[in-house]
Amino acid sequence: MVTLQHYLFLSAILFVLGAVGVMFRRNLIVILMSLELMLNAVNLTFIAFSRYLGSIEGQIFVLFVMVVAAAEVAVGLAVAVAVFRQKGTVDVNEINLMKW
Amino acid sequence: MESLIFYLLSAVTLISAVFVVFLRRPMHNVLSMIVVMIGLAGLFILLNAEFIGMVQLVVYAGAVMVLFLFVIMLLNLDQIRLPIDPREGRTWIGVGTALALLLVLFPILRAVIPSGTSAPETGQTMSNTQIIARELFTTYLLPFEIASVLLLAAIVGTVILAKKRS
Repeated sequence: MVTLQHYLFLSAILFVLGAVGVMFRRNLIVILMSLELMLNAVNLTFIAFSRYLGSIEGQIFVLFVMVVAAAEVAVGLAVAVAVFRQKGTVDVNEINLMKW
Repeated sequence: MESLIFYLLSAVTLISAVFVVFLRRPMHNVLSMIVVMIGLAGLFILLNAEFIGMVQLVVYAGAVMVLFLFVIMLLNLDQIRLPIDPREGRTWIGVGTALALLLVLFPILRAVIPSGTSAPETGQTMSNTQIIARELFTTYLLPFEIASVLLLAAIVGTVILAKKRS
């Protein structure tokens, strides 16, 4: 029997994996991908609650999260391309112009 | 049967997610990410959210990941090797924080979420897509329109950012 907790644990592990990716990796593209991983973990939580509470709102929210994620990826990758043109690298340690 | 499918999909998703984070070549990361998306789409369909599952396949596994592949090929990133990083102390602090987050999340989930019964019967006569459409175009009409404006802004911003300065 699969319970709500199963799904929540799965999505917690996925979220933490994404967080590890954001902090561990230095390639800007891979960091963006880890962000996507975290967003998808949250989506899984929404869908699981939507199923187990018998309410459709969770799925609507997931649609909006997907819209925002798509916009974020497009802009983020455009920024990555611009940074690569400027610096010749996507290593986040090299991109320190605005670092304090 | 349901648990079998659940554990299979979870295993595939988790293993690919580990690959996304820890493999060193960006191309391999993207390919594993596609597997993660497909596994999640399967889980969504298992949770009776067929429409979202299909959108996940089309939008994420299709469009977004192709965009990633496109950028990686455009920048020739697969050829560029980042030097073996010294893995500074603060990186490990970050990873430790993330793992601590996991250790905090688990007891909270266990304590707060009422432990499990199986999912209630849906008892819906309309299809999942119909219900979502009805909600989206009545109650959530304004957010829907705002989302379209956001996408338009993203398109314009992307074009301007990626344009070559002359």
